Amino acid sequence: MDKLPGWADVVLVPLISLLCAAVLSALVILAIGQDPVEALNVMVTGALGSPYGWGYTLYYATSFIFTGLAVTIAFHASLFNIGGEGQAQLGGLGVALVCLALPWPHWTVALLAASLGAALFGAAWAAIPAYLQARRGSHIVITTIMFNYIASALIVYMLVDVLRPAGQMDPATARFPPGTNLPTLDQIPGFSLIFTRTVPANVTFLVALAACVLVWALLWRTRLGYEIRAFGRSEPAARYAGINPFRIIMVTMLLSGALAGLMSINNVMGESERLVQNSTEGAGFIGIAVALMGRNHPIGVLLAALLFGFLYQGGAELGLWTSIPIELRIVVQGLVILFTGALDQMVRMLLGRLFRLRSPKAA
Amino acid sequence: MDFATLIQILDSTLRLATPLLLACLAGLFSERAGIFDIGLEGKMLMAAMASGAVAALTGSVWLGLGAGIAASLLLAALHGVASITFRGNQLISGVALNFLASGITVLVAQRLFGQGGRTPPLDGAARFQHLTLPFADAVRDVPILGPIYADLLSGHTILTYIALLAVPATAWVLYRTRFGLRLRAVGENPAAVDTAGISVVYLRYAAVAITGILCGLAGAYMATALQAGFGREMTAGRGYIALAALIFAKWRPWGALWATLLFGFFQALALRPDVAEGVAGVRIPVSLLDALPYILTVLVLAGFVGKAIPPRAGGEPYVKER
Repeated sequence: MDKLPGWADVVLVPLISLLCAAVLSALVILAIGQDPVEALNVMVTGALGSPYGWGYTLYYATSFIFTGLAVTIAFHASLFNIGGEGQAQLGGLGVALVCLALPWPHWTVALLAASLGAALFGAAWAAIPAYLQARRGSHIVITTIMFNYIASALIVYMLVDVLRPAGQMDPATARFPPGTNLPTLDQIPGFSLIFTRTVPANVTFLVALAACVLVWALLWRTRLGYEIRAFGRSEPAARYAGINPFRIIMVTMLLSGALAGLMSINNVMGESERLVQNSTEGAGFIGIAVALMGRNHPIGVLLAALLFGFLYQGGAELGLWTSIPIELRIVVQGLVILFTGALDQMVRMLLGRLFRLRSPKAA
Repeated sequence: MDFATLIQILDSTLRLATPLLLACLAGLFSERAGIFDIGLEGKMLMAAMASGAVAALTGSVWLGLGAGIAASLLLAALHGVASITFRGNQLISGVALNFLASGITVLVAQRLFGQGGRTPPLDGAARFQHLTLPFADAVRDVPILGPIYADLLSGHTILTYIALLAVPATAWVLYRTRFGLRLRAVGENPAAVDTAGISVVYLRYAAVAITGILCGLAGAYMATALQAGFGREMTAGRGYIALAALIFAKWRPWGALWATLLFGFFQALALRPDVAEGVAGVRIPVSLLDALPYILTVLVLAGFVGKAIPPRAGGEPYVKER
């Protein structure tokens, strides 16, 4: 097969995959007897048409940046961490424990401590699958799937039997003390000029942007990042170069789990301000789509997370204003993963043909 | 726990193990041919919706079953195209199809019936009826064996018996037929199969199609036998439990039977926490029973309970030499 030019592989392949997913989604909307153009209108207006809509889009995007980065960093070591969902749920537990432990004086201190708790718990949940992969060769995809289910059972147990305050009916923790409440974008100077109404997007968005930069620096500007990428490209070569596979698998998965866990400072600490059941609402899985769409690069992840933020907020608007069920966004998510992750060869073959047509000499 | 309660729990074990067993055998065919399939869940869900919807519309459970198998085959074909023809990542393809199924099922059911993504409740000929095995009523009064036959083995739908028969059938196909030998070979060393002049692509597509059919049965069982109609996300992770059972069974048909019965037993116990408490003497959180299949599978994977060695060529696309 011909090799595509670099820019085509980076830009065209995801765009065409996205286009395929969009066309199929439009067909799905047509098939259930609705108007795709009107649907797109509702989505754009609801998600991007006002600062209020952007407040939601950015809120979702914040979560997806974290889970997308988590999948990305594991992909670079050619590990498929499908356990972001469970790691993020455990991260939520870490946040809840930290927030409820002390009467925090100021949100900055609380944010620091809660981030640490989220990262530690997320990393701990990734540690066992990582160890089993590194030492016993158990497939990380299967173990992380199992750990997703174990995590949700554990959270249910913790919420029902341990953390639920006496006399409360719904399985959730108590409200976090006011000292832990993160400022939303409408309360931050500068942003408050744009966001005049209360929005769920909060200061965690800035943390997520910082995480993008840090992950980029780690992967492409440090020795560890080089080792991770080398290991991902070829394990035997990395081994020959003296890179310790056990160490790389462990460190990569711990970082990945920590990033997934960090997502919960956005939703648990920043939004619901208590831990509820299924707090992640599938964001851990969306990380897979975001990483694939973003071509495993932090900039791509940021853009893809914004796209999925739009999709999530727009999808919710569809559920509100049209008779298209909110589940449409899961369909789109599945299609994006299918085209960018599994049918990418098909897209490349198609593009390869086109390029050959354009320059017959090269053929 | 008295004998009657035991029979009752074992009876619901069998009922709950049926979809797990069908899905587990489905995964077995695919993975033995070297195609990882974490899309069992999606195929079951799709089949559940299609069979529930068609059974509700036509009033015939058999048409429903056919629709369920067709819907599951459709997803299986997509998985085949992505992972065999275009040599894509099989794991990612499976994940994608699960999401696709999760969304599409609600969209279609909502469009057809407008009941919040459910199908209308099924009854009569639109549902699989419980069969009474011959002489079940006559032998009920025989001590011990009577209730085991009349209350435990008898009184299930035909799909449960099909699932049970599928175990020896699978074992026979896999170990006693030429097709089975080639199927296993293609999962271990596709290059050798190719050298012998047998099409790797054909064998893998055949395996994926069998997976589709069995998942179709499992999904149809969910909507038209275990429950009366389709509800959103009704498979509730059973596809993943089946995957876990497959590892627990070390990719063997009889092992699949025991593993799914064990996991079905946990599900039955989770429905009766009072019994679990009575036997253990302490209160067991339901969530622990829910998590047990997954915890056990991790232990198996870790090599603490025997070693699970997957088919060697699993997950790797085959590139024919030129």
